[in-house]
Amino acid sequence: MAEPLIRIEGVSKRFGDFAAVDNVDLAINENEFFALLGPSGCGKTTLLRMLAGLEVPTEGRILIDGQDMVGVPPNKRPVNMVFQSYAVFPHMTVEQNVGYGLRIDGVAKAERAQRVSEALGLVKLDGLEKRKPDQLSGGQRQRVALARALVKRPRVLLLDEPLSALDAKLREAMRSELAIIQDKVGVTFVMVTHDQDEALAMACRCGVMNKGVLQQVATPSDLYEYPANRFVADFIGSVNLFEGRLVRDEASEALIEAEGARIWVDHGVTGAAGGTVWAALRPEKIELHHREEGAPPPAPAGTPDGANLLAGTVRHYSYLGSETVYEIEAAGGRMVKVLRSNVRRYEDRGFDYDQPVWLSWSPQSPAVLLS
Amino acid sequence: MSKKAAPLDYLARWPLRLWLVLVAIFLYAPLLTLIAFSFNDSRRNIVWQGFTLDWYGAVFNDTDLLAAFGNSLTIAAISTVVSLILGALVAVACWRFRFPFKPMFEGALALPIVVPEICMGVAMLVFFSRVMPWPDDLPWPFSLGAIIIAHISFSFPFVAVIVRARLASFNRELEEAAKDLGASEWRAFIDVLVPHMKPALIAGALLAFTLSLDDFVITFFTAGPDTVTFPVKVYSMVRFSVTPEVNAASTLLIVVTVLLTAIGLRMQGKDVAKMEGGQ
Repeated sequence: MAEPLIRIEGVSKRFGDFAAVDNVDLAINENEFFALLGPSGCGKTTLLRMLAGLEVPTEGRILIDGQDMVGVPPNKRPVNMVFQSYAVFPHMTVEQNVGYGLRIDGVAKAERAQRVSEALGLVKLDGLEKRKPDQLSGGQRQRVALARALVKRPRVLLLDEPLSALDAKLREAMRSELAIIQDKVGVTFVMVTHDQDEALAMACRCGVMNKGVLQQVATPSDLYEYPANRFVADFIGSVNLFEGRLVRDEASEALIEAEGARIWVDHGVTGAAGGTVWAALRPEKIELHHREEGAPPPAPAGTPDGANLLAGTVRHYSYLGSETVYEIEAAGGRMVKVLRSNVRRYEDRGFDYDQPVWLSWSPQSPAVLLS
Repeated sequence: MSKKAAPLDYLARWPLRLWLVLVAIFLYAPLLTLIAFSFNDSRRNIVWQGFTLDWYGAVFNDTDLLAAFGNSLTIAAISTVVSLILGALVAVACWRFRFPFKPMFEGALALPIVVPEICMGVAMLVFFSRVMPWPDDLPWPFSLGAIIIAHISFSFPFVAVIVRARLASFNRELEEAAKDLGASEWRAFIDVLVPHMKPALIAGALLAFTLSLDDFVITFFTAGPDTVTFPVKVYSMVRFSVTPEVNAASTLLIVVTVLLTAIGLRMQGKDVAKMEGGQ
């Protein structure tokens, strides 16, 4: 693979004793749509601002296109940013806003007009050139901010929570549109968001941060299916976490004894025999069965007797249209979340409050976490 | 009234209308009297004798009065420009930077606003006679230097306070966006911060101008025999006799200030509406 466009090497940012960003190493490739994901206050925005040059790292260095960015002010970096508040200049028209960066760079008037109208076409704002920001909707203002950054043809476009201020419907539309624009202009996008759906839907790769530390960098599906630790498993999607002891660890099978459940996994777990581990089970990977007096329990394929099986009672459910989320109380009072797609319109024997059920799952479903 | 007034129809109720009228009389009756008697065809200001424009003619023939008027406008213009720049820069410095003794500095800045004018006046008198005597043989605009300095010293804190308040509502991301798009510190300041400050700058300029134009106490202590301003001149005229000429001159001054204020408010109103809408 070619040399990555952005290299972040051992970057930390401390405010007094508090480390907002703690020793982060990260490489972002050319043309990638990268998302920095994490709860608020995790340091993702600080990291983005360090890329823009608006914040100076306490330690470490940042290379963009092989060039060391330490000491380079924001106005000299091949990077442009779409701010969370959009920061559209209120006293300038749409046209003046978008042309601002080019005017500063001394681009000739004719070329400037040409590029501004191209950029406005790209974000579908043609015809609004003479409007002032107070005559625009929130979504339109965001497009102005986007055009204003893209018109400078940066190597990297930074987006700080770009969709958080839009209403739900517009957010959905903007998601795919941003991806389309990125595809068209072929600029590397680095986006900061606290919304996991947004990150998973738009990004090629995501970096999950917590408390200043980069927890995992992976594709959206790898983040979901192979989380690196409990924080990532819990932050991305919803999950049932079982804490237990690894009692058997072979090359192609492992067994975890956890809170009344025996969890059988069809792969080995390296380097943790006898220790505490966690099994992460996604709600949609658990099957629900009716539990009746005298009837034998279901036997999940490929598991020894009694493993990957839990008896429980339906305590609550939320019907969400396409799916239903059940909350099952298992032995010992433990609540387990189970998600069931509503595939059929009828003939479906649903589950009701206080109904006894079996929970089962396949040996490839649990993700085993060591930390 | 047959219809019942809606909760917000304050003016539909007669006690409130009466109140409004009383307030208006209280505020404007003295001014209207002053203006009316400037057209009075009499040497004395008490009895209405008939309509005349003679007193305005007298004003325009009174070279001393015109010179004082010119002095006042010149002093006000220069002190406004300097106060504006000084006040705005002080406000930006206080808003942007942290430095040792900043609270003390900000407190000291407000001092000229609260110190009684008479004390300021005496202080200026002592300062300009003992510490830094202003040469009295300078050509015209420079001879006003002492008064201008005195006016700047009590005007610029007002500008600073107003601009500082306006800056509190500035979105720092606007400045960062400008820099991100290639602007230097200075360009970002001129292109983004100054337009945001504009309404406050207009308000500050208006205030500084009127403060300077009608200041009597401090000017009285700093003015020399050749540097008489309009208020000081009026005062000396009134000491001999109150003729309608004083009324006419005052009316002209009122017209000038009202006009300036109207222009200022209009500029400001447009700007504020634009800025607030944009956020």
